[in-house]
Amino acid sequence: MDNEKIIEVSGLTKVFKELTAVNNLTLNVYKGDVFGFLGPNGAGKSTTIRMLLSLIRPTSGAIKIFGLPLLTHRDDILRRIGAIVEKPDFYGYLSAYRNLEILGSISGCDTSKKRIMEILELVGLEKRYKSKVKTYSHGMKQRLGIAQALLHNPDLIILDEPTTGLDPQGMKEIRDLIIHLSRDQKKTIFLSSHILYEVELVANRMVILNKGTTVIEGAVQDLLDATHLNVTFEVDDVVKAENILKNHFPSIPVDSITTGKILLRSGREDISLINRAFIESGLAVSEISPKKSLEEYFLKLTEVSEK
Amino acid sequence: MITLLRIELFKIFSKWRSYIGFIAIGVLVPVIQIDLMLRGQQYLEFLTQNLQQNFVFVGNFLNGYLIGNIVLNALLLQIPFLITLVAGDLLAGEATAGTYRMLLTRPVSRTKVILSKFLAGIIYTNLILVWLALISLGLSILLFGTGELIVIAETITIFAKDDIVWRFALAYGYAALSMSVVTALGFMFSSLVENAIGPIVATLAIIIVFLILQSINLEFFAFIRPYLFTSYLHKWRVFFTEPIDYSELGTAIAVMTGHIATFFLITLYIFKKKDIQS
Repeated sequence: MDNEKIIEVSGLTKVFKELTAVNNLTLNVYKGDVFGFLGPNGAGKSTTIRMLLSLIRPTSGAIKIFGLPLLTHRDDILRRIGAIVEKPDFYGYLSAYRNLEILGSISGCDTSKKRIMEILELVGLEKRYKSKVKTYSHGMKQRLGIAQALLHNPDLIILDEPTTGLDPQGMKEIRDLIIHLSRDQKKTIFLSSHILYEVELVANRMVILNKGTTVIEGAVQDLLDATHLNVTFEVDDVVKAENILKNHFPSIPVDSITTGKILLRSGREDISLINRAFIESGLAVSEISPKKSLEEYFLKLTEVSEK
Repeated sequence: MITLLRIELFKIFSKWRSYIGFIAIGVLVPVIQIDLMLRGQQYLEFLTQNLQQNFVFVGNFLNGYLIGNIVLNALLLQIPFLITLVAGDLLAGEATAGTYRMLLTRPVSRTKVILSKFLAGIIYTNLILVWLALISLGLSILLFGTGELIVIAETITIFAKDDIVWRFALAYGYAALSMSVVTALGFMFSSLVENAIGPIVATLAIIIVFLILQSINLEFFAFIRPYLFTSYLHKWRVFFTEPIDYSELGTAIAVMTGHIATFFLITLYIFKKKDIQS
């Protein structure tokens, strides 16, 4: 990743009457980042994105994008950004093709049939390009949302919950597209989501936001390494397994015991030691499932910040 | 700016509601014309019965000009209802559909967005009036021919055949200005809310209330009457008086232009300050 800052936000605050939606937010997104912007619903993610796109005026704070202040260089900045803000809404009485033609014309980009069809093919809508958008499913609208965000070949792509309402296959396709845009086209991507697994799979850096405030910021891998694994051992005698754990690994907490399965939290290095202890004690271990998810971490952090 | 204006007009004419006004005029005016074709002579005789005791009427008085004048009198106060359907939807429609987000994250200033939408609304209004002119005057001339125009108001005036067309042209010009006030009002309300029904109802409510206030014959209402824009909606009739009171006309044009500018500037101010949360 490059050290060139694409987004610089400092002390950003937005107050709606009595509600502080975003509170003194500071973050930096670097060139080439896939930046995960995480938070539960109502954390202030969409408000922040709207401020980045000048849809909402900040109460205080500063935003620089591509090194330019948003307040004074709005048009120059927006020319280089493609975005989806919340759910993608279009002119339902027009076709997908016409919608893209209109939005592309306003952006001043290439709106030739070749370019529009090329982008529709990228999101898999080329066969329905003549259909009115009001006949589209939510998933199709979401794809069209991505198409309009990419139409003018932007340097920075802001995606606000891009997989909302998609089926698992659709979610995977969007993730693959994000990886393709980042890796092959060297785009910088600002990805907002409340689905942490999604961010975990594609982002290299992230911020977790809660109640308008940054809870934690850093490289995704560093944050993952800081967390424990949730490990499930499937054994033939869970009572015996529990006793072994109590005697040999008293510091490792057992979370739950169900028929044939024992769930515990441990560091990566402990898994093989526990497995060896089980086997040497004559237990038959049929499965070990380590799960390392930012989801746990995220939930824990947001719970803490709510207290 | 031209691109934006072209897009706004394309959006307006891609919605079925934009054609309601054209259809309504296209249906109503021929109904009036058919009625006048059947009973117009009786109507004319009734209007001129006192005059006929002292004068001999020679020529075709039931002509296209008279029908055009009658239709303009009858329909111009109804046209705002048709215009508001589109004007009230210009901004609120984007909010309702959620398309503000797409539109306003493009590299184009809010001032240009507002200006293009406003101009598109004004063009739509003018097209409605052109359509009204074509149907009410053009078609009437085809059906009834031409002749002298008899205008019965406080006095009875008869205009020579070659002294009429320019009066209609200017009357329609003034009508376009007065209907633009309605468009500007609907547009302003459209910037305040996120549902197109609200601005339509509010604009019509204002017009109806003002028309009621204007018609109440009490001293207080006489005092406020000059400040109500509805008092000037029908001033196109000045072109069918002799001599034309240019001073009255000038005041009316100034008031109407002032209203349009004020409504537009308020809209611009509101929209530029607005947080887009839809």
